[in-house]
Amino acid sequence: MPILDHLWVILVLPLAGAAINGLLGKRWPQSRVNLVAVGSVTLAFLAVAELVREFWQLPSEQIPFVGNYFTWMVAGPFRVDFTLQVDQLTVVMLLTVAFVGMLIHIYSTGYMAHEGGYYRFFSYLNLFMFFMLTLVMAANLVVMFVGWEGVGLCSYLLIGFWFLKKSAADAGKKAFITTRIGDFGFTVGVLLVFATFQSIDFGTIFQALAANSVSEATLTIICILLFAGAVGKSAQLPLYVWLPDAMEGPTPVSALIHAATMVTAGVYMVARMNPLFSRAPIAMLLVAVVGAVTAFYAATIGLVQTDIKKVLAYSTVSQLGYMFLACGVGSYSAGIFHLMTHAFFKGLLFLAAGSVIHAMGGEQNMMKMGGLAKKTPITFWTMLIATLAIAGIPGFAGFFSKDKILEVTHAGSSGNLVLWFLGVAGAGLTSFYMFRLVFLTFFGEPRYDEHHIHVHESPKNMTIPLVILAVGSIFGGWFAAPHLVGGPDYFDGFLKPVFSSYAPPSMSEAAEAGIAPSPASELLHALTGWPVIVAVVGLLVAWWFYIKNPEAPKRLATSLHGLYTLLLNKYYVDELYRAVIIRPLLWISTNVLWHGVDEGLIDGIVNGSARVARAAGGRLRELQSGNTRSYATWVLIGVVGFTVLLLALFVTGVH
Amino acid sequence: MSIIPVSYYLVLSAVLFGLGVIAFVFKRNIITVFMSIELMLNAVNLAFVAFARAHNQLDGLVFVFFVIVVAAAEAAVGLALVIMIAQNRQSLSVERMNHLKF
Repeated sequence: MPILDHLWVILVLPLAGAAINGLLGKRWPQSRVNLVAVGSVTLAFLAVAELVREFWQLPSEQIPFVGNYFTWMVAGPFRVDFTLQVDQLTVVMLLTVAFVGMLIHIYSTGYMAHEGGYYRFFSYLNLFMFFMLTLVMAANLVVMFVGWEGVGLCSYLLIGFWFLKKSAADAGKKAFITTRIGDFGFTVGVLLVFATFQSIDFGTIFQALAANSVSEATLTIICILLFAGAVGKSAQLPLYVWLPDAMEGPTPVSALIHAATMVTAGVYMVARMNPLFSRAPIAMLLVAVVGAVTAFYAATIGLVQTDIKKVLAYSTVSQLGYMFLACGVGSYSAGIFHLMTHAFFKGLLFLAAGSVIHAMGGEQNMMKMGGLAKKTPITFWTMLIATLAIAGIPGFAGFFSKDKILEVTHAGSSGNLVLWFLGVAGAGLTSFYMFRLVFLTFFGEPRYDEHHIHVHESPKNMTIPLVILAVGSIFGGWFAAPHLVGGPDYFDGFLKPVFSSYAPPSMSEAAEAGIAPSPASELLHALTGWPVIVAVVGLLVAWWFYIKNPEAPKRLATSLHGLYTLLLNKYYVDELYRAVIIRPLLWISTNVLWHGVDEGLIDGIVNGSARVARAAGGRLRELQSGNTRSYATWVLIGVVGFTVLLLALFVTGVH
Repeated sequence: MSIIPVSYYLVLSAVLFGLGVIAFVFKRNIITVFMSIELMLNAVNLAFVAFARAHNQLDGLVFVFFVIVVAAAEAAVGLALVIMIAQNRQSLSVERMNHLKF
């Protein structure tokens, strides 16, 4: 079992790549930087593949497989070991992260070829892979937190990659600070977990939970705090505002970090902590509500955006909402399933959008595109596949996962019609804005200056990852396909040990009841179900608006002027935050903390003590007049003084 | 004939020392200042000798020799300095030797 005994190898490979490129890559030719960066990630992927092969042969009582590498810190009862673990959930995450990460590294060698700071980009990207893999393999909350913060750091570095551009640097800061708000909750949650369970190891926590000694109130508070971290990291209401701005980063970064992997860390964390969440129904309801509302809300903003990457960013926020909705109604496997398919099709959408931007010479406004289908055929077909997948057209990956989520929301004891309605409505909007994107970009007449912009298909190292991801976007969901005709759901079955081992008894019974295969008519039910209907309606509406009657959108925007402006300005949430949070914070920081505490109090003490010393010195230096006789006088005064003192002591008898 | 009490010597020593101090502080001529130092040293010598005699011990006498040796060395160095100052400044006033200051 070579890799299972050396899990750390998977982490060290990208870390070494980051270090080598970061320290030595500056003077290297691009080909050598490519070799190190892509090579290390490819090796990491191969190591993961070998790990999965070995994992299949493990007897089930050895799962989760835990490797303990060294003791990180011990402080009284607080003990942190650097432990990594592998179970079914880790395997799914590892395969997704390593595979998509590898493809995006390859793609980046083409996309970033003409950019400065080439070695820096790949060094950050490798570092990101290291932290992301740490995050998913961690066997305790503190190691997970290291990965959690590390990916946040890399996100910041890569959003602000073009740091000379003010908007990019600002977007990096916004992302870092906004997620930090959630991370505060996460940190407090971790501490509360330790205070409650005297351990931060997943295994120990879950076993203690099974003994059922912790009150539901405590669990609810812990879960809400942890979920706050997930809300920040995974860009849910109300902390989603950083993700659209994060599109300032290079497009491969948007694909890898802000669509496929990092932003899903919140979903992964909730799924990982499922024994806690399953015992805290109120927290679960909160997760589901936040997820469903975000899914719908972000989709509405996506309807009117004109920047191709902004549409995809709001779409990501929306899809992450679906994943939380699934976790919130208790079907963690559906959430992780959507996470995986989403990594394929959303990664592909971003990479294809990057290819479009590359072809257009940097133009991101869809209103200035059009008719690209013939000139960039590979980009067009792969993007169309990804769009069909995200819209939930039957047969493509997104259909299976999204349908599963809406099904579990609708059915079972935890079913909720309002949440289901929000989900279905969001699905219709998703279909509409995605096909709007495709129609505006690839169909119709060109709306750009054909004399100045020479549209060309991207090079092979960019198109090959597109094609591979397109294959994933079609077949990635087929694990669940037999379920539609009444058979087993392989994905759900695979993850079942993770989500039912420590589940409370009531939950697992309900899950059994809900999962029980229904008759074959389920196929008919799924195909004609609302999710598919709204997806097709969305497609048709988009077709009618943007192909049949290109003038219609403008007329609608005029007649629904108020709503249109509201959506175009993203519900004025950024402005609201600016007025309610940033302004007062800035005012307090400037007037109270800066001018008051810092300048008044702290500088006052420091400068004041300096002023006292200077004044005293000014007086005292006059003693050194250079006049020998005055020195003699001082000596004399001293001697007389001491003599008098001695005499006084002698006389009073205190000696 | 009774022995002169040791306190007489001590008073004389204190008076001589006080005169030396006063002269050191108030005189301007560097040679006079120098002489006042010698006066103070010898006032102390007198006190040593008086105590040595009164307690019938040699320690005080030994110390006096040390003081005389130091005074001789000091006179050699000090007078050399005085000559150099006189050559450079054409003056023996200590008032004008005030350049070592802030």
